[in-house]
Amino acid sequence: MKDLSQQIKEVARSLLQDGKVDLVIGYENGSLPLRASPCFIRSAGEVERLIWNACCETNLATYLPDTNDRVGVVAKGCDARAIVVEIAERQVARERVVIIGVPCEGIIDRRKVASRLGWKEILQANLEDGRILLAGDGFEETLPLEDSLYEACLTCEQRTPPVYDYLVGEPIPAVDVIDPFREVTTLESQGADQKWAYFSQEFSKCIRCYACREACPLCYCPECFIDQTQPSWFGKTNDLSDTLIFHVVRALHLAGRCVDCGTCSRACPMGIDLRALNRKMIKDVWERYGYRAGLDLAAIPPLSTFKLDDPQEFIK
Amino acid sequence: MMDARAIDKGRIVGLLDELIERCEVFAPVMSDDVVLFDKIAWGSEARLDFGNSKRLPKEAFFPPSEVMFIYEGAQAEAPPSKGDRVLFGIRPCDARSFLLLDKVFNTPDYQDAYYVEKRERTCVVGIGCNRPLSTCFCTSVGGGPFNEEGIDVLLSDLGDRYLVQVISERGRRLLEGNGLLGEATESDLREGNRIAAEARERVTSMVETEGLRDRLMGMYDDPFWDALHQKCLGCGVCTYLCPTCHCFDVLDEGGEQRGRRVRIWDTCQSALFTLHASGHNPRPSGRERMRQRIMHKFRYFVDNCGEIACVGCGRCIRNCPVNMDLREVLSGIMER
Repeated sequence: MKDLSQQIKEVARSLLQDGKVDLVIGYENGSLPLRASPCFIRSAGEVERLIWNACCETNLATYLPDTNDRVGVVAKGCDARAIVVEIAERQVARERVVIIGVPCEGIIDRRKVASRLGWKEILQANLEDGRILLAGDGFEETLPLEDSLYEACLTCEQRTPPVYDYLVGEPIPAVDVIDPFREVTTLESQGADQKWAYFSQEFSKCIRCYACREACPLCYCPECFIDQTQPSWFGKTNDLSDTLIFHVVRALHLAGRCVDCGTCSRACPMGIDLRALNRKMIKDVWERYGYRAGLDLAAIPPLSTFKLDDPQEFIK
Repeated sequence: MMDARAIDKGRIVGLLDELIERCEVFAPVMSDDVVLFDKIAWGSEARLDFGNSKRLPKEAFFPPSEVMFIYEGAQAEAPPSKGDRVLFGIRPCDARSFLLLDKVFNTPDYQDAYYVEKRERTCVVGIGCNRPLSTCFCTSVGGGPFNEEGIDVLLSDLGDRYLVQVISERGRRLLEGNGLLGEATESDLREGNRIAAEARERVTSMVETEGLRDRLMGMYDDPFWDALHQKCLGCGVCTYLCPTCHCFDVLDEGGEQRGRRVRIWDTCQSALFTLHASGHNPRPSGRERMRQRIMHKFRYFVDNCGEIACVGCGRCIRNCPVNMDLREVLSGIMER
């Protein structure tokens, strides 16, 4: 089997050469160890820059609503799920995107790796046979890849894009994750005080950089509620109440839409557990409506429709 | 002025506890795997073994959000001033950033009362960087891992103890009569010099800044910016984790009878930054916003204040969600 990077290059080259797309968005090597960086390719001559590995963390679907180009986009399972929602929500025209699907075995959590190394600076990293070979000033370490993945990847069931135009590599069958909402159930079982303490601790770290929102492919509102000034609905300071309300409203706005790619957590420079609220929404939508976002282009999102037998026990 | 002492590492906690009795002390602290720069209640909270804090020491003078005054009826009140403060364990790049911020907030024409008031009652205890990170490029922008600019007392890690160099009168007063400090020996000083020289050699990341400002002069409409911003998400990480960024917004919260005025950080990477009341936005896309960030640091600030507004700390490089690397941006400009 040819390696996935090579296959991506070939697909990108032919798409650009045949004029089927104006632009291919993929990944290239980053400037730091364990980093890949989004790259924008407009001519067949540049396709050699494209790579694929377990560091390709950014959800590239985030770039699609902003462009009118015909785009070929490299998409992991989660990225493709986000594209499905963007198409279903009429933010991206299906005929405008060519999805270059990549079955994904999980993305490396840089912070997890750094923490395992006691935060020593990593100067070199190589991926080899399910292992990460790391080196720095006076140390060498090898970590198993499977212990170093993002939490979102550990509960990811659809590792192969549910919708694609090209698929590189062999599809990975849907994974049956045991007890996928374990951490949500744990939080649910806690008292209000404990929940308050947990979320206060997490969101007090927020620096209001909005990296979570900007990285999120489904945060595409032309004007975010938090940016509105006439009137100014919510506060913009770093007071806990202001940061908390931003994150709560954002999570609610993603209810039934979030595909749990985890790109928000990856983008957050402060390491906030941003997925906790989103996971709760995903669990509720699943339990109430049997719906998961991003799997089916034809499915109507539950919060965009109404059925007579919708659960409504909360209406008192 | 140079006055050199030494202190055993085991006594640093005691020194900090002694300072905490007299003044507010801020230091690098580890919280949930992130190094902050925060007020400490105990000397044992301080961590001096990390490359640099993620949160910025400048927050002590220029907090991310700051109440300027509260009002009720016709009465308005500014927050009261507090006593002396010490910023302990500042890296030389961050200390240098204070001098650049001074050029904005404390000039002959304009003194920002909120900033100046805090700055003037603050003593800066720096710590040299024995092992600069691979993303550090302080030596390219006028600094160095043992640079003394902006520092009142400089610590050098000698292994089992710190060499404590008193650099300013304020630093001398801070440590006056402290029994935990001993005199530095000749060999401590030699060792300090050796480590400082070695550290400078260890800064291997270099950025060409000679002629950068002149090159930017002709690049306002350069297609370079078209491609550069494409992958930028438009978040505020690079600016909110930058020790020299200083743009802010002022908000009025409340109503006619009571409320408060708050100053919060703002970022040129946000569309809202330049949005006019008319709806017109002179920086409508990432292209103009990215250009602004680079131009401000490497051209406008040079023109207005005579220095580059970057201290080479590397935070924007390490924390960018999409790995936009400032060093590559600058070398891209030099290659135009």
